[in-house]
Amino acid sequence: MIGGFMGVGTPERIIDELVRQGKRNLTVIANDTAVPGRGVGKLVDAGLVRKTIASHIGLNPETQRQMIEKKMEVDLIPQGTLIERIRAGGCGLGGVLTPTGVGTVVEEGKQKIEIDGKSYLLETALHADFALINAFLADYLGNLSYALTSRNFNPIIAMASDTTIVSAEHIVPVGLIAPDHVVTPAPLVDYIVANG
Amino acid sequence: MDAQSIIAKRIALELRTGMLVNLGIGIPTMVANYVPDNIKVFFQSENGLIGTGPIPEEGMAHPLLTDAGGQPVTALPGASTFDSAMSFGLIRGGHVDMTVLGALQIDGKGLLANWMIPGKMVPGMGGAMDLVSGAKRVVIAMQHTAKGKPKIVNKCTLPLTSIRPVDLVVTEMAVIAFPEGRATLMETGPGVSVEQIVAATEAKLVVPDKIPTMQL
Repeated sequence: MIGGFMGVGTPERIIDELVRQGKRNLTVIANDTAVPGRGVGKLVDAGLVRKTIASHIGLNPETQRQMIEKKMEVDLIPQGTLIERIRAGGCGLGGVLTPTGVGTVVEEGKQKIEIDGKSYLLETALHADFALINAFLADYLGNLSYALTSRNFNPIIAMASDTTIVSAEHIVPVGLIAPDHVVTPAPLVDYIVANG
Repeated sequence: MDAQSIIAKRIALELRTGMLVNLGIGIPTMVANYVPDNIKVFFQSENGLIGTGPIPEEGMAHPLLTDAGGQPVTALPGASTFDSAMSFGLIRGGHVDMTVLGALQIDGKGLLANWMIPGKMVPGMGGAMDLVSGAKRVVIAMQHTAKGKPKIVNKCTLPLTSIRPVDLVVTEMAVIAFPEGRATLMETGPGVSVEQIVAATEAKLVVPDKIPTMQL
């Protein structure tokens, strides 16, 4: 799982290292594949992604090309369903019931459940080996806070992986991020990388 | 006024003070340019922002402050930021009062297709399905025809976005609503006749006796 929305809030330094090491056959779960040369787009450019699970790939022609040429498998999922499946995965739930997608192609192959006369799709939880996230502030224990719209998927995927690696704009002394301003608590974070 | 400006300006008249409003990409984004002076609304960007402001002046863009299209925006005083689960909780949970979206096709009952053309354009649905399923009011901003062909059709041939019908369609030619599940002409565009609208619409339109012109 990789944080970010059109590359905003994606840990570029970790992505660059994956490209340098040529880590291939990756399954990437992310909101989108950004654009060529940015964020998840760099992994796509390098041909490292075997499968993408995302809500939107429309602004990355390279992802579309690889999908059409069947070099990459792409699962497209409504954005609200994608983030909620990840949230479920991080919170010990088997899945969620959502009205989104009922009666559309999204419904195919899924269990439909009626509650109080309204139909919902059973959407199963998503979990990953690694979450690669970007934070604005990280303290030495791994407490994280985020800036503006770079938060997006980051705190949610931090909960839904075996190993969470954060790259932070600033690494600060413990105590500098006030408890009320910590969004991702330290025990969720396994490794911190400085961005600079 | 060009077609896009007519559409955006007419939709801006649907805004009421205090509303939480989500604008899609394209013509819907332009609605923000026409908010009446006496109306104060909150715009949401589904990437995690309420209180989205205008495009920043040159040189003033913040790299970590963007809209759902990834373009730089500003945050107005009183803005708030949050994660994607919260953002879509707002959308699906019925907290968004109005969403304005584009369309590829609308059928006579108000069902919308706006996210893919099989074999041609497969960008992914992004937030569209959640917005149409969850927002209190769904307003469509689109040109009445595409390459001369009607976009308001008997039945959508493209994959649907939701089984929840939209509430209002605004084009440069007409305002159309769907009372009792039937496409009904509510207003005509500037300088457009009812006959022209009917001719440019494939779906059967209910045409009341008196139809006002858009007051822009």
